[in-house]
Amino acid sequence: MNPYRVMPGPEHFLPPAAASMGIRLPNPGEGHINGVIVPEEKAYEEAARQFLMAKVPTIFPGPLVLWAWNEKAAKKATAIRHLYETLKECVTPQQHAMLIPMPDYRPKYPKINPEIEINPNHPNLTIWHNKIDCCMFVGVHCHQANLSLKIIRGGTSCYTIAMCAQAGHEDAMLSFRDASVEKIMKLAEWVRKLKGTVQVSQVVSKSGSSN
Amino acid sequence: MDNHSPIGTTNKKGQVITDARKMMFEAPRTPSFYTGSEVIKEAIRRANVDVMIAYPITPQSEAAALIGELFAEGYVKEYFRGESEFAVMSQCAGAAFGGARVFTTTAGPGTMRAMENFPMWAGARLPIQMIVTCRGINSPLSIQPDTLEISYLLQTGMLVWHAETAQDFYDWILKGYMVSEEPDVHLPLALCCDGFFVTHTKDVVNLTPVDMCLPPYDPYRSPVPCMDMECPPVRMMRDPFVMKSNYISYATHASWQQEVWAAVERSRKHTIAWLDGLIETENVDADILIVSSGTAVSQGREAIRLLADEGIRVGLVKVKALRPWPGEEIREATKNAKHIIVPEFNVVGWMAREIKASIPNSDRVIAGPRVGGGMTMPPEIIVSEVKHALGIQDHALAGRGS
Repeated sequence: MNPYRVMPGPEHFLPPAAASMGIRLPNPGEGHINGVIVPEEKAYEEAARQFLMAKVPTIFPGPLVLWAWNEKAAKKATAIRHLYETLKECVTPQQHAMLIPMPDYRPKYPKINPEIEINPNHPNLTIWHNKIDCCMFVGVHCHQANLSLKIIRGGTSCYTIAMCAQAGHEDAMLSFRDASVEKIMKLAEWVRKLKGTVQVSQVVSKSGSSN
Repeated sequence: MDNHSPIGTTNKKGQVITDARKMMFEAPRTPSFYTGSEVIKEAIRRANVDVMIAYPITPQSEAAALIGELFAEGYVKEYFRGESEFAVMSQCAGAAFGGARVFTTTAGPGTMRAMENFPMWAGARLPIQMIVTCRGINSPLSIQPDTLEISYLLQTGMLVWHAETAQDFYDWILKGYMVSEEPDVHLPLALCCDGFFVTHTKDVVNLTPVDMCLPPYDPYRSPVPCMDMECPPVRMMRDPFVMKSNYISYATHASWQQEVWAAVERSRKHTIAWLDGLIETENVDADILIVSSGTAVSQGREAIRLLADEGIRVGLVKVKALRPWPGEEIREATKNAKHIIVPEFNVVGWMAREIKASIPNSDRVIAGPRVGGGMTMPPEIIVSEVKHALGIQDHALAGRGS
């Protein structure tokens, strides 16, 4: 039997948690791509490549970086803004980089406005509405991030990246761990380094987002 | 937080906050002669616990009362009594939601009364530690050891470990916090032992220095926010999205449950590192293995000694962690065994079922001997089971349970 791999969906009516399928989290200095442990440097390159290949590369900053609740959070928010600006500079006019916040985790009734936010209980609505084909979670509490990543893998074909401040996320297709201002800035450098070397994806999936 | 490490500073009792690995693996140990209940107290003295909530009537262990003494001495920051076991476990949740390191203890019918709280703790990702000093749960009432309650805990999403000795108990209380508070785990731990056999007997236990304690819990590393009435999971209790009849609500709830069990899986790597493996083995190349957990392992060790006197070689697998379940380790350890004897202190044989579900050719598993309701398990009945499997005539002391 082939080992389980964390790939873009839509995977299943209810996709399994990757941890339950034998996928393990990276140790310090490592990342993972599709569930395979890799040196962190390789994860930077692949994340930058995925961002530049996407039609709608999007960053989803969560409450841990949005509200300037301490000095570190404020610095991370500045670094994320820098990554977003870099991404905007480096994509072609046919691509549309976005920054959509996950301001909190409250279930929103009757429905969120997918133009302006994403919610962990139904993140697929924001992905579908904006035709997002590559996204990165940063500053989202781990439990909520995993919830989102699983639901996205289940119902969309979006490529997911996690820039996690703790141990990383197996449910993302690509994950960093121990995220810091330096790591976010380094990813921005990689985006700039790969500018113009990556072809934009032409594939459009039936779920509305392309990959 | 990262830049303000408390390691090397002292708490108000003058204990040095010590790197947990250094404290558990490198610090000198002092042999001490204690009951299991006193060992719980000594571990908590060094565990930097914020809140202990007690329902102190249980005759199974004096731990709740002994930790009250720790509060009086200033080692535990808050200590109070609940009106019932259900109330205690609910209050533990409140304290953990607020960002505290929480400890409690229960046994038998108390565990069952509080059961509703345990999947809630796991779902809310609360790293509470609960000592379960197992006792009978069914009528007629028994205050004697019986491990039936563990079988209910196995499906709650909590981590479940089963200590054999007071030394296990001491070490695992302290190590338990380190595993369950990892941000990728962040689950409650039910640390079980067989009541009376472990809690009321005295044993030599090697203690870490009394002037060292664990680093404090850091709630900022939690995978969920601290308590906030607007955020799930508290918001869900007030305004449960699961009540909304639509696919999204169901998918969220299902994904939430998956995440709890994913966290149990993630605990595997940390548990292996702290407990030196999920199982412990001796002579697993033997044709016959005894596989069990808790004090059934101790009885198995004695049976192995008796059998060795007769020239019969038997190996042993001690299962330390029940959740995460060491399926792969047990498969590997039992791959050459012709007969797998599973002695248990309960009438249903939950351990034998778990093992049967994990290995090929499960008809090798002999689900017994089993005792219940507080009966002792003489090693001779394990000897008898082994001989029966080998087709050797034996004068059995007793038959198999159920």
